[in-house]
Amino acid sequence: MPQNSRKMNMVQAINLALKEEMQRDKDVIILGEDVGRDGGVFRITEGLLDQFGPERVVDTPLAESVIVGAAIGMAAYGLKPIAEIQFEGFIYPAVDQISNHAARIRSRSRGRYTGPLVIRTPYGAGIKAPEHHSESNEALFCHMPGLKVVMPSSPYYAKGLLLSSIRDPDPVIFLESTRLYRLVKEDVPEGEYTVPLEKARIVQEGKDVTVISWGFMLHRALEAVEGFDAEVIDLMTLNPYDEETILGSVKKTGRVVIVNEAPKVGSFASELAAAIAENAMLSLRAPIARIASYDVVLPLPKLEDHYMPTVERIRKALTDIMQY
Amino acid sequence: MPEKIIESFNVKRLDILDEKGNADESLMPSLTDDGIKRMYEVMVLARTFDQRALNLQREGRIGTYAPIQGQEASQIGSALALEKADWIFPSFRENGVYIAFGHPPHMILQYWSGDERGLITARDRNIFPVCIPVASHVPHAVGAAMAAKYRGDRIGVVAYFGDGGTSEGDFHEGLNFAGVFKLPVVFICQNNQWAISMPREKQTAAKTIAQKAYAYGFEGVQVDGNDIFAVYKATKDALDKAKQGNGPTLIECFTYRMLDHTTADDASRYRTKEEVEPWKEKDPILRLKLFMEKKGLWSEQYQEDVEAKAKAAVDEAEKKAESIAPPDPRDMFTNTYEKLSQRQQKEIRDF
Ligand SMILES: Cc1ncc(C[n+]2csc(CCOP(=O)(O)OP(=O)(O)O)c2C)c(N)n1
Ligand SMILES: [Mg+2]
Repeated sequence: MPQNSRKMNMVQAINLALKEEMQRDKDVIILGEDVGRDGGVFRITEGLLDQFGPERVVDTPLAESVIVGAAIGMAAYGLKPIAEIQFEGFIYPAVDQISNHAARIRSRSRGRYTGPLVIRTPYGAGIKAPEHHSESNEALFCHMPGLKVVMPSSPYYAKGLLLSSIRDPDPVIFLESTRLYRLVKEDVPEGEYTVPLEKARIVQEGKDVTVISWGFMLHRALEAVEGFDAEVIDLMTLNPYDEETILGSVKKTGRVVIVNEAPKVGSFASELAAAIAENAMLSLRAPIARIASYDVVLPLPKLEDHYMPTVERIRKALTDIMQY
Repeated sequence: MPEKIIESFNVKRLDILDEKGNADESLMPSLTDDGIKRMYEVMVLARTFDQRALNLQREGRIGTYAPIQGQEASQIGSALALEKADWIFPSFRENGVYIAFGHPPHMILQYWSGDERGLITARDRNIFPVCIPVASHVPHAVGAAMAAKYRGDRIGVVAYFGDGGTSEGDFHEGLNFAGVFKLPVVFICQNNQWAISMPREKQTAAKTIAQKAYAYGFEGVQVDGNDIFAVYKATKDALDKAKQGNGPTLIECFTYRMLDHTTADDASRYRTKEEVEPWKEKDPILRLKLFMEKKGLWSEQYQEDVEAKAKAAVDEAEKKAESIAPPDPRDMFTNTYEKLSQRQQKEIRDF
């Protein structure tokens, strides 16, 4: 089915996914701040206003709560809204809508109404942005049953996962690493293909240690495993997540390193570590290691590099575990 | 039963100094010659600072920066109406306010180069840290005003935000509180006509921003935001009213963002040069200069001195900012809590 492939970065791949899906399905509409004329502050929606018009690419007033709240109403009515929140740090006015409504509408109405909407938002550190532009708060959204949490790690997967998210019958928050937007280029097919939600992927097979990561941190993990016989898993959907793939790998390798960009306490790495301890304790040959950012308020750019997991910190964890 | 009008409002607009430098003497606030010169000098300093900050950003010596060009009268006119004990709750585009209220310019550069320490205000000044999540600081100003009222302190609280900020729930909830509790707070909206790429007409269908105050039971006024006398007078009157226990005011400073939203933005994607052009004639500094010239307060020599002083101050700020040693990585652990947590005590050993 996919025809041509082109080398693209993640911005282009997400733009292509939006464009193709809007062509295919006229119920898909985009709303958010600066998504129209400006093409979004990261240019993700570039060109879409001209192609689809202001009824389908809606520049909204500056109000996150109603951007998401309106998307819920649209979705209940039968549309497939894609709400953009300009940065994850500005999503908090909408958290009431996400947690109390988007995630629960199916349950509250016993399936009479559903919320097939997508909330796209950039997250993460590494681009020396001002305050509130760099957090990685995925764990917060993983604590809202009813909401799916998706974090792509490359252009190809971003496109396939976004198409699945738009078509999914439940609400999805789609977290895009700002650091990744222009970091990696790879072949992305034009035309139809999807990557399933709720499935992890084994990026490389290995025997000695399982390394689990997602989003930008996957790239640091891949760098760090050089020289180790590591099996690397890209989680892709954090909630509901693919426990089978993880446990299968851990039972094989007996060792685990989880790399996540968020601060350690209450991180999603903690959920994975707990699930592994519960289900594969007897397969473990070393303690589970979580490599995370420090448990501090995310510092401004001068200290940003010291804050997030480095390749060296991951390598040290791998070395320690292998010598355990 | 006939329908009847049960409430109606008139929204005032205040203009004192026109583009030609003529002032309406009947509305002129009381200012000494030195006071007027001070306004001019601080505006020139703020513009010099702004331009330098943009250059430093281009050279990669500071991070993303939000310029204030065009908004000097709104910022400096309002800040100079404050007394030392008043509290300021700024957004992220208030560098002119910081300078006028006495925050050292080198520290402003330090902050925008990514160092939290640049926002530590002097013991005798209260400026809350730069607030980037739009309008989320409006409730803080309201709370500080509640506290001042409770304590019986005769101070005013000022919150600064943009036209875009008036779309957020926090703005409306904050104004509602202020009206209900009749608080000593002044809301200053710098309506610079743009919120990144969103023009003012798409932000609200209301004709003015000032009129939003009436929905919350208090007065709103629009002022020419490029007219430093009008901004100063409106702010001073609103602060006096607040301090006398007569409640809040919303001031809409009608101004213009002359440059890109920030150094990360490209305004040519969404607005034309033709739109910007007429605002050049409305320049707040030019207009005050024309006024001063007529009053014999301005000369070529004075101009040279003012510019030289501003340049020297900004040179000094740049030098000082760049001589500050970068923060120690361990600094990121301090001030999360009053004391390091058990976990942090372990983590900090990595450094
Ligand atoms: C809650 C929130 N949403 C989005 C942003 C991103 N953002 C930063 S400034 C801005 C526009 C603000 O416009 P306005 O309030 O008019 O202030 P101005 O920039 O014109 O000074 C936006 C959307 C933000 N900082 N906070
Ligand atoms: Mg504005």
